[in-house]
This record gives sequence, structure tokens and C-alpha cells, in this order.
Amino acid sequence: MPCVSADGKPTKSGIATLSALKNGASTPEAVAETTGNALFRVRSGLRELVNAGFVKQVGDKYQLTPEGSKLVK
Amino acid sequence: MEEKTDEIRLPLIGEKAPDFEALTTQGTLRLSDFEGSWLVLFSHPADFTPVCTTEFMAFSEIYDELKKRNTELLGLSVDSASSHIAWIRNVEEKMGVKIPFPIIADLNKEVSLKFGMIHPAQSKTETIRCVFIMDPESKIRTILYYPLTTGRNMKEILRIIDALQTTDKHKVATPANWNPGDPVVVPPPKTAEQAEERIKEGYDCKDWYLCFKKL
Repeated sequence: MPCVSADGKPTKSGIATLSALKNGASTPEAVAETTGNALFRVRSGLRELVNAGFVKQVGDKYQLTPEGSKLVK
Repeated sequence: MEEKTDEIRLPLIGEKAPDFEALTTQGTLRLSDFEGSWLVLFSHPADFTPVCTTEFMAFSEIYDELKKRNTELLGLSVDSASSHIAWIRNVEEKMGVKIPFPIIADLNKEVSLKFGMIHPAQSKTETIRCVFIMDPESKIRTILYYPLTTGRNMKEILRIIDALQTTDKHKVATPANWNPGDPVVVPPPKTAEQAEERIKEGYDCKDWYLCFKKL
């Protein structure tokens, strides 16, 4: 399922992905394992979250941006 | 002088499938998002049509079996995402079957043309019933084409995946009508010495070039 809705806010899946990143998962594989979502959906969702500015990609790792961190306090 | 053509060359067995990005019922997906899993990419002629509805219900029925085989499903037709969503909601409401896999809305035919899914003699606007089975490296391992009027056989799709995975794991081949648990075929020997050794190795050899073994 998409991680970012049409109004630019993270969906339930998006929040689950952001939470996984906050809790130490930094690769799509680790996020998939934490959330139980299929790897293809995680990869697609991370792309959406990067485009929306909630996540940044550094090499092959992902981390929350300050904007993303605010959503999963 | 060589004549240039704009014809699209179809991906063939053994080749890496061309990547694409497409709108689906589960968001925007790229083919490369599926790397690491086996993938069954299949096309259907149109939403809200009878044979396709039976196929989607049948694909949903084998979904758990596919997951056990580390295999994902990805459907496609030349319909809009709204049409796909309306159709799968209808299938769930009327037939009680939830469609758990994404479906590409290929309105501009970008993906269907790349994969040779439109056969103009059958229909210029609809995709025929294609199945591309890809391995975790997105390499095409099997291609099936069915006409508009013939629904696909899910047992055969599962059987092919089992055969491909068995072949990869054990470096063997699978004979006609093979099913999991049946004896497999040992690759033919490349030298006379190997042929001689093969007879001694205890395989069930009908002759030096046709040997079976149980896994």
C-alpha cells in the first residue's frame, strides 16, 4: 500500500515504515522484516517517503529526516 | 544500408527483464522492487470480464502457495487504476475473494508493449493472457502465452516454479509431467568417462544419456 497519501501525509503503512527506521532498521530488508510487509512494497514505500521528505537515502541505507522524526515520537 | 525499425524486441528466456515503473493498485512500483523474490508477471485482457475474473480468483487461491515459494504476483491490463480497484472490490463483494496482489494500470501500454503482451490479430487494445516467470535476479525463466478464450492453469504455474527452483537447487532437469517428489533427470554426461561413471553411481539409468535419480 502507498506510504504517502494524496495530501502528502504518511499513511498507516508509512508510519509503520517510519517507526521501523526509528527503531534501527536501515535497509529495505530490515524494514520488511520489522513491519511484515513484502519487500517490494517496502522499496516502493521508501521511495515515496524519500520524495515526500520524511526519509533520506544515504548510499543503500535509509534514515529519518527531522520532518520524519517528528511523526514518530 | 541496414534498415532501422522501431520494433520492440521482446525479452527472452535467460535474459534480464527490462525494468519499468508503473502505477498499480498498490502504488507506483518498479520491476526492480521485486528483486530478491521470484515473480509471476501476468496480463489479462480486461477488468469485469468472465474468464479474467475466474483467473483472478484462482491466482488469489494459490497466493499463499506462491508466498511459500518466495514468489510474488503482479497483474496487468490496459485498464485504469480506478477500473482495477472497482473490479477487485466487486470480486470481493460478489465472489468473496480478496485480491492480495498489485495490478498494473497500463493505460499507455508501455509495459505490455515491452513484454509483447498485445497480439494485434487477437486484439489491438487488450493484452492476451501472458505469464512471465522471473527469478530473484529478474531473469526471465519461463514465458507462457494463452489466447483470450483460454483461462490459465494455476497448478501448471506452481509446477513450473517448483521445477525451476528444483533445477536451480539440485542442478538437475525435470522430465515430462514431473511433479514434486517424482524422480528428476540427471544432466547428460559430457565425456565418455562421465558416462561410464554414471552407470556405477547407482542412478536409475535407462541408457547412458537418460538417468533418473530421487532427491
